[in-house]
Amino acid sequence: MSMEFLFATGIGWIVAIGVYLMLRGRSFSVVLGLSLLGYAVNVFIFGMGRLWSAAPPILGAKELLADPLPQALVLTAIVIGFATTGFVIELALRSHHDGGSDHVDGRPDADVHDEPKR
Amino acid sequence: MNWIDTHLPILPVLLPSVTAIALLLLGDHGGEDAAHGHRKLLWARRLALASVFLGLLVAARLVAEAADGGVRAYLVGEWPAPFGIALVVDRLGALMLLLTSLVALPVLWYATGGWDAHGRYFHAIFQFQLMGLNGAFVTGDLFNLFVFFEVLLIASYVLMAHGQGVVRLRVGLHYVVLNLAASALFLVGVSLLYAKAGTLNLADLALRVPELAGADATLAQSAAWLLLVVFGFKAALLPLSLWLPATYAAACAPVAALFAIMTKVGVYSIWRVHGVVFGADAGASAYAVEAVLLPMALGTCVVGVLGALAAHTMERLVAWLTVASVGTVLVAVSLFNTSAWSAGMYYMANSTLVIAGLFLLAELVAAQRGDAADRLEPAAPLAQPALLGVLMLLAAASAAGLPPLPGFIGKLMLLEASTAHTWQVAVWTTVLAVGFLTLVGLARAGSILFWHVRDDLPAGSYSGSSPKLVGATLLLLATTVAMSIFAAPIQRYTSAAAQQLEDRDAYARAVLGAQTGRSETTRPYTGKVAAPPAAAASAAGGQR
Repeated sequence: MSMEFLFATGIGWIVAIGVYLMLRGRSFSVVLGLSLLGYAVNVFIFGMGRLWSAAPPILGAKELLADPLPQALVLTAIVIGFATTGFVIELALRSHHDGGSDHVDGRPDADVHDEPKR
Repeated sequence: MNWIDTHLPILPVLLPSVTAIALLLLGDHGGEDAAHGHRKLLWARRLALASVFLGLLVAARLVAEAADGGVRAYLVGEWPAPFGIALVVDRLGALMLLLTSLVALPVLWYATGGWDAHGRYFHAIFQFQLMGLNGAFVTGDLFNLFVFFEVLLIASYVLMAHGQGVVRLRVGLHYVVLNLAASALFLVGVSLLYAKAGTLNLADLALRVPELAGADATLAQSAAWLLLVVFGFKAALLPLSLWLPATYAAACAPVAALFAIMTKVGVYSIWRVHGVVFGADAGASAYAVEAVLLPMALGTCVVGVLGALAAHTMERLVAWLTVASVGTVLVAVSLFNTSAWSAGMYYMANSTLVIAGLFLLAELVAAQRGDAADRLEPAAPLAQPALLGVLMLLAAASAAGLPPLPGFIGKLMLLEASTAHTWQVAVWTTVLAVGFLTLVGLARAGSILFWHVRDDLPAGSYSGSSPKLVGATLLLLATTVAMSIFAAPIQRYTSAAAQQLEDRDAYARAVLGAQTGRSETTRPYTGKVAAPPAAAASAAGGQR
């Protein structure tokens, strides 16, 4: 049970949950799914600089140093993801308010009381 | 002037962003009421138009410089190339910049005819959209490509919902969610590629991807596949194209016309990444996606034109034609030879202008048809059947590829380039059949719109038809005619651009400077300390 195995399965779980939520009918769960997917991707980027323990991304601090570039990339990705999530929440709220339903296809609430069994 | 000349490659990004900030500071009319004559709106229009016109001049200058040869690299802050932010303008990039400006100027002019007053901050968002588009075309770095994708997407989310209404908000939500999912895949692909190649600079990638072998090459190729999904989604490649017609048809006309260039960002990225980095000389990863790209591109053409035949509104028809035209360009990309690429660039420039013109025209026609609007059913006669009919004929003939219009020249070049290719029969059949069916679809639409009129209804009003609106549409279509007149110089340019694209060493020399090929640092950085000599050297390299 290495750190890599734990890391990879963790990302896999979060992606699976995110994808499941994104396929739901209500915009709220879709937004949640998108956020989870975003988290999983951020952790994935971080992991692509290899996993280190006790290795700061600073030159000269130690013999072993972590690759700082993915950490910089992940910061950018977090910021962008944060902004877009904010926007999509606002858009979903607006769509709910104007269309009278928070179903992603705008179906009226009466039709989607329960998740349809197909 | 010298100063401007030095910083010319970054101006296409800086100019719209500075203008957008100025427009935000200027403020807007603050709501719907009496917006048309509002002082701030008038100033915003002047500022935005002036900026886009300046952008056109800059793009034209860059094209003129690129035509002389050299790839021009601009290192932001003078950080050395594979590490800092590099902007690169080569012939293809300059062509795309010019195309963006050529579409943006008439579209913005059209939008000042009234659409910009239907919501807030239209001009500022429009400039941000241009900044994202231009940035995507000049960046020489895969991660910056992602950043500029996000800039142009965030702007497009807002533009998409411009004018509001239930349909736009609902379709806009789909559009945003799908794009966010695609962005997540983009990041996965980019970081996977970084993990294997240790760089995201396109010039550096083009040198390092060929060196990968075995499991590393397989992982790099899976990154290429992920990126194909992302770019294919933006470009509306077949299984990922079904979002496009609903979205584009729901957006208001000038926005849809501007979005015509947005699909080309996807095509452009496929060109750069899959055409060059994973192209002919990519070692174990050569032609990584060719086996799927070509059939999918052909399928995109077919689905696009079938959708156009089945469309029941004019805007949907044009949106489906966008899909078909993107398919044709992608066929050219996936033939992987310079003459096909040249044909693809020519056809792409033409089809973008025609599609943008058709989107504007569709709204002009719809405005004069009373309640029927843009639905393809008999309705009141138009107020200006001759003028709009001629424009429609011109656009239709160019979209379908009838001589002597540029659509024909582009397709002819493509057909010529595909001879001797193993898929020649499929390419010829598809391109010719798609051209014919496009003509059928547009002829059907045209005859319903212009001839199949109901005499029992009063003739349409001139509403929505001012000299400005017609002039903007005319300008777009006139540009395509000009492309036909100047076909020879343009074709020389595109074929030089295609050759330049394939020459990855020259590109690398221009971007990476003297230290071509290997720099002394070790990438990808693995940080192994206690190990055999080679790895120890690499650890030392990593600490530099």
